[in-house]
Amino acid sequence: MKRALLLLAAALAPCAGADDARRSGFDFMSPGTQAMQRDDMQNPGMLWAQDGEALWNAKAGARAIACAGCHGDAATSMRGVAARYPAFDAERGLPLTLGQRIETCRERHQGTTALAPESRALLSLEAFVAMQSRGLPIAPPDDPRLEPWRERGRQWFEKRIGQLNFSCAQCHADNAGQRLGGSVIPEAHPTGYPIYRLEWQDMGSLQRRLRGCMSGVRAEPFPLGSIEMTELELHLARRAAGMRIETPAVRP
Amino acid sequence: MARTLIDAPASAKRGDIVEIRMLIAHAMESGHRAGPNGNVLPRDIITRFSCRYDGDMVFSADLYPAIAANPYIAFRTRATESGTLVFTWEGDNGFAQTETRTITVT
Repeated sequence: MKRALLLLAAALAPCAGADDARRSGFDFMSPGTQAMQRDDMQNPGMLWAQDGEALWNAKAGARAIACAGCHGDAATSMRGVAARYPAFDAERGLPLTLGQRIETCRERHQGTTALAPESRALLSLEAFVAMQSRGLPIAPPDDPRLEPWRERGRQWFEKRIGQLNFSCAQCHADNAGQRLGGSVIPEAHPTGYPIYRLEWQDMGSLQRRLRGCMSGVRAEPFPLGSIEMTELELHLARRAAGMRIETPAVRP
Repeated sequence: MARTLIDAPASAKRGDIVEIRMLIAHAMESGHRAGPNGNVLPRDIITRFSCRYDGDMVFSADLYPAIAANPYIAFRTRATESGTLVFTWEGDNGFAQTETRTITVT
């Protein structure tokens, strides 16, 4: 009976272990929104994931090769990949986010042009690739080359910015679980990106979400695809290491 | 490009009540929001959904501007004969999307 209850608890709270005090944004949502995320038929993010699958199998670029042409079946080749990003790219000497990794692959191997940041096609591919890691723990690579960027990410997270003079940490670490207006302040763990956000009525990346918070404190948001954004992503991935991936997540 | 996700059973027993669920990608622009330049974005919504089962209308719905983007619709119907389910969404600016699924009734 006890075991059954534990299993039930695990099923109800898919995002954190019992001994883990960290909570995914999922745990702060209303039961209705949680049900929307749990059911792939109600989760609008699956529309993007479905598009991403079509793009994965479509030939593109000068070499007329599909993602599947090199990587094969995403269910095996992409399992766990999103859990490791951002990761270091030796050729560029920079950390790359998952979206930038997809873009780089398109340019280097398919011989095609980059997709626009936040474009439907890029979000679809990202959602499809990240979905293959659903249920796996976030596993930032233990790569010393990432350390300087990660450290800058931590500094961005703790730095007061904007006219309201708030840091990310003041809300999302010190006051997580409290309310800001009518909304619960979540702990800012990037477990489900790209997400379908009800406020946006649309799919969006982690960087779009970060920009939302930055303009919220009346700061000038970092541009999409900037190195500062990657640094923040690196720090957030380390904070959330071990938490389960939920892509495509639904958030209010 | 309109995309849909449809969850309809491929087979059912005669007389069974089956649940059919659908999502369709659509912005459902209400016509009340301002765009980046301050001008009101023109209304662009799905106005009507219907489902025909072997030619008979088994479900239909009118949709309005307050309905969220990417609308989810679910309904139940009784499996009577093997046949085709035809789903049709129609909307502003000539939007039209038709999908079909076959159901085998034993």
